[in-house]
Amino acid sequence: MLEIKDLNVHFGVIHALKGISLSVQDGEIVTLIGANGAGKTTTLRTISGLKKPTSGSILLDGKDITHTTPRDRVKMGMSQVPEGRRVFPEMTVLENLELGAYLRRDRAGIAQDLKMVYERFPRLADRKRQAAGTLSGGEQQMLAMGRALMSRPKILFLDEPSMGLAPLLVQEIFDIIKDINQGGTTILLVEQNASMALQIANRAYVMETGSIVLSGTGEELSNSDDIKKAYLGG
Amino acid sequence: MEQFLQQVVNGLSLGSIYALIALGYTMVYGIIKLINFAHCDVYMIGAYVGYACMTFLHLGFVASLCISMLVCMVLGVIIEKVAYKPLRNAARIAVLITAIGVSYLLEYGMMYFVKANVRTYPEKTGILAMTFQLGNINISMLQILIVAITVVLMIALQLIVKKTRIGKAMRATSQDQDAAELMGINVNTTISFTFALGSALAGAAGVLVGIYYNSIDPLMGFLPGLKAFVAAVFGGIGIIPGAMIGGYFIGIVETFVSGYGGSMYKDAIVFAILILVLIIKPSGLLGKSTREKV
Repeated sequence: MLEIKDLNVHFGVIHALKGISLSVQDGEIVTLIGANGAGKTTTLRTISGLKKPTSGSILLDGKDITHTTPRDRVKMGMSQVPEGRRVFPEMTVLENLELGAYLRRDRAGIAQDLKMVYERFPRLADRKRQAAGTLSGGEQQMLAMGRALMSRPKILFLDEPSMGLAPLLVQEIFDIIKDINQGGTTILLVEQNASMALQIANRAYVMETGSIVLSGTGEELSNSDDIKKAYLGG
Repeated sequence: MEQFLQQVVNGLSLGSIYALIALGYTMVYGIIKLINFAHCDVYMIGAYVGYACMTFLHLGFVASLCISMLVCMVLGVIIEKVAYKPLRNAARIAVLITAIGVSYLLEYGMMYFVKANVRTYPEKTGILAMTFQLGNINISMLQILIVAITVVLMIALQLIVKKTRIGKAMRATSQDQDAAELMGINVNTTISFTFALGSALAGAAGVLVGIYYNSIDPLMGFLPGLKAFVAAVFGGIGIIPGAMIGGYFIGIVETFVSGYGGSMYKDAIVFAILILVLIIKPSGLLGKSTREKV
């Protein structure tokens, strides 16, 4: 579904991504793990079009989308839950969700998806008239995920969904991610919480200072000594 | 008491003007964090367009108002596209300096074309020239018209911002530009639209001032522009209802100061208010104080 070939990204003189290549197949959960500053978020921002690459290409279903706008990519079925949730704090939960469907015109379909999101995240339904900025961290994460689902994406990108959440909530969020995937949405998950991410992922890539240094199935990497030492605490 | 009420009436008309201009400052600040110093000159251009419509084309008041708003709308969008958009990722101070440059360009460009002398709007006739007596209070038809038009425009603005798709896009973009882009919002279009709205309101203010005070000149935007900016800061920069409240507050304070014998100090008082706001509550009346993380 998604293929990235030899992607290079610079911030001024800093070479942030050094020839990244990765692919995500239809229906998979793929995770990208690595330490802080490895370039995981930059990778996602480049995939969604917020950051322009210096070279390399991004293909969605075989079509080159390297030079399209973020808007075009949303239209083509890509949707992102950004790092730090980035909900619109002064808008209500409902307005946030409606903005997720900004490019859609099918009222009936939007209403249906709104119902689906409320079923998946009942706490959002309770708080639909509340300003998003007043929600707790976990609720904001759910809102950001619900908002991303409102565009009815083929592929969903999640950037550190576990960041700053209590362990119990992290488990809940990961269960939901698995569930979304089983509903037919392909997922690329960026995480620092490697052990959790590897548990639910079909395949994984490990990033270090702008390059991909390892890849394999979730299981392979969970059992790899290097990974255990570097990311899984022993 | 009569003196008091008379000043309230006068203050409301002046406040309407400030509020209309302040809205443009606050909306643009809300979306691209820029104090658009050229905004007050868009207001001046609006006054001249209204003047041209009435004097040379002999159009009525409403037609002149609409044409002026339309011209200012286009002008605002052009200013943004030509002067600010190329600096979208530049340091904020660079854009600010550019805004001052655009302001001078409009003022002295206009002076070159229409000369520096003061021009007067045509004589008001018919319904526009009427005044009413309420006890000893004088209310002119123009004052009623100014307040009424301002209120209508403000309601329209609120509806656009709250209810329409592009209005939602405006609010989303002002709260988080990256997230807005991830929703598929076209940020450039949204910014252009914000300039269009703000500039149209400034154009309306220009025409209203033209027929109310009767005299216009190429530098007329400077002082009202600064005061409208104070109004926007008073209400909380970036907050639309704040600019409305701020505009009326500044207008009423100013007329009271001059009405009770302090007309020499009316400008000074307005800027004293700015200083006080910045000392006591820099985020403004409706602004939330954002705590800075250390």
